[in-house]
Amino acid sequence: MHFALDAEQRAFADALHAMLTAADTPAVIRAWSRGDHAPGRALWSRLAGAGVFALAVPQGYGGLGLLPVDLAVAFVELGRHAVPGPLAETVGAAVLLGEPPLARRFLPGLAAGADLATVAAPGGYAVDGDAASLRLCPAPDGLYRAADPGPVRRSLDPARRLTRLSPAGDLLCRDAPYDRALAWIRLATAAQALGTGLALLDRTVAHVRRRTQFGVPIGSFQAVGHRLADAKTALEFARPLVFGAAVSMRPAEVAAAKLTACEAAYRTARTALHLHGAIGYTAEYDLSLWLTKARALHAAWGTPQQCRDLVLAAGL
Amino acid sequence: MDLTHSPADEEFRAEARAWLRAHVPRVPLPSLETAEGFAAHRAWEAELAADRWSVVSWPRRYGGRDAGLLRWLVFEEEYWAAGAPGRVGQNGVGLLAPTLFAYGTPEQRARVLPPMATGEVVWAQAWSEPEAGSDLAALTSRAVRANGGWRLRGQKTWSSRAAFADRAFGLFRSEAAASAPHQGLTYLMFDLRAPGVTVRPIGRLDGKPAFAELFLDDVFVPDEDVIGEPGQGWRIAMSTTGDERGLTLRSPGRFLAAAARLRELWRAQGSPEHARARVADAVIGARAYQLFAYAAASRILDGGRLGPESSMNKVFWSELDLALHETALDLLGAEGELADGAWSEGYVFALAGPIYAGTNEIQRNIVAERLLGLPKGRR
Repeated sequence: MHFALDAEQRAFADALHAMLTAADTPAVIRAWSRGDHAPGRALWSRLAGAGVFALAVPQGYGGLGLLPVDLAVAFVELGRHAVPGPLAETVGAAVLLGEPPLARRFLPGLAAGADLATVAAPGGYAVDGDAASLRLCPAPDGLYRAADPGPVRRSLDPARRLTRLSPAGDLLCRDAPYDRALAWIRLATAAQALGTGLALLDRTVAHVRRRTQFGVPIGSFQAVGHRLADAKTALEFARPLVFGAAVSMRPAEVAAAKLTACEAAYRTARTALHLHGAIGYTAEYDLSLWLTKARALHAAWGTPQQCRDLVLAAGL
Repeated sequence: MDLTHSPADEEFRAEARAWLRAHVPRVPLPSLETAEGFAAHRAWEAELAADRWSVVSWPRRYGGRDAGLLRWLVFEEEYWAAGAPGRVGQNGVGLLAPTLFAYGTPEQRARVLPPMATGEVVWAQAWSEPEAGSDLAALTSRAVRANGGWRLRGQKTWSSRAAFADRAFGLFRSEAAASAPHQGLTYLMFDLRAPGVTVRPIGRLDGKPAFAELFLDDVFVPDEDVIGEPGQGWRIAMSTTGDERGLTLRSPGRFLAAAARLRELWRAQGSPEHARARVADAVIGARAYQLFAYAAASRILDGGRLGPESSMNKVFWSELDLALHETALDLLGAEGELADGAWSEGYVFALAGPIYAGTNEIQRNIVAERLLGLPKGRR
């Protein structure tokens, strides 16, 4: 029993945080939202170079092995910096395509960051189908590779460009490990949401320390401090669920982590919006990039009800 | 990251489980907050102590098993999963004992701890006063120098367990001219049956005398019952509030067991849709609390500290406990109103959680100021 990140994992998080801080992600996100994927793809390559996508790819296919705890470490940082693109979906694709012969064909490109992949959610949209070179569409009779992304629809989170894929085209295999892939996508989404919430909290704490009204920083008011204390508490209790899920990878544990991290991030987003006042309500202010993502992740890859059902059916 | 217990800890778990299976009373004991129930719970502590299960984390010489933090968490999981009785000695074991381990003399430990471990002496806490609640440093009860000790004068209130307990511990103002409210306080232990002590039990919401007022009229306390240096009581009392105590005040095992019972109740009622989300959230909350505790324990074992993070802990478990019991009462429908229902006592107890041990607002202030670095405001 030692439920803590090791020195290497902490250093990995610090290195990603430093890289992403220097990368000016808000500018990258805004370009991505306009359909200009070039800066996002450049950042994607650097993330792949740091080993982010190799954490869901076995060693024989250009990966580092299946390392869900390290993947969660990375995705907290991706969330913290609101990195755009089909991040969790690329991880899911690596798991869906993880068996030979497909693995040999697709995994090296995913691990190296040469390929971005998206996966159509059941009955829903695929994120960033226009940016992905690999569009996977799971269907009852097998896993399809969609040729055409279809028209892009705008998400409430401008960085997520939604397309609807149809299960037609290239049938890649009949029995892809969909449940396993779903657990990985959910874990990545949970960690990303946790990072999103942590960034919202940090930005809001900085704001209420700076912003003065009635002659004092508004952060000195209890009504303000207590909302932020609740956000902090919710996030810090979501964190061990996320890493506990990464350790076990049991679907019910992953669902609990996904639900709790997304709830905590969304509650934090509401608090962040409120405490920023009107400036937080503008698209121009960068806070909006995290605010809208918190809402989108909340519903992505498992609604609260679906996650709760899994928990009640299997127990934790 | 590793969430598996060592084989030795699993052996310890098996031993605890077997003992509990053989000893836990089949019929629940009467309420701890009645004279009859208090006596029954005291006898249960003696039974636990006879086989060294009452204070597993203490050193062997005081009746424990030298169990580390992880093993204590394991024991608590087994204890509550077995449906074992509430702990009448909790105030002494959870609050006074850690203070004695940190600041007591060897003589005090040898004298106070063994009878605490067996339940022979049950301790009540004496912190709050009529005009000193959240603002504890505003307390005015005095300790006045006397020959060979001190004389206590004043009034304490909301003293949990004091209606039936034997002794109490708390803070008293020993220097009239101290420069700040939290200075000049002394940490003392005293006998609730000493001359000059009047105990007036107070009925909590369900009428049971779960706490009491203490009137102290020149109560003599010998020097040997002062903990640490006179005048240093505030520092002594506060130094152990954040650390392990933040973790050990309410163990995850308690909530895991309650959440499991709630899930069973929900199923027994036909898995009603209206409670689905709340039952799931209770199950998840208990698991989150358990994992948070394992993370905190790992940090402490690595030489780290818990500190102000324990304030998040307190807010989290007290709200979880209340939500869990409210959900159970809702599931029970008309039966939930009964005062002697299976969840009633737990519900009434849970109602107090956000108030005692530092109100949740005090805890949020600590989180805001000490974890988030927000400027201190007016209280």
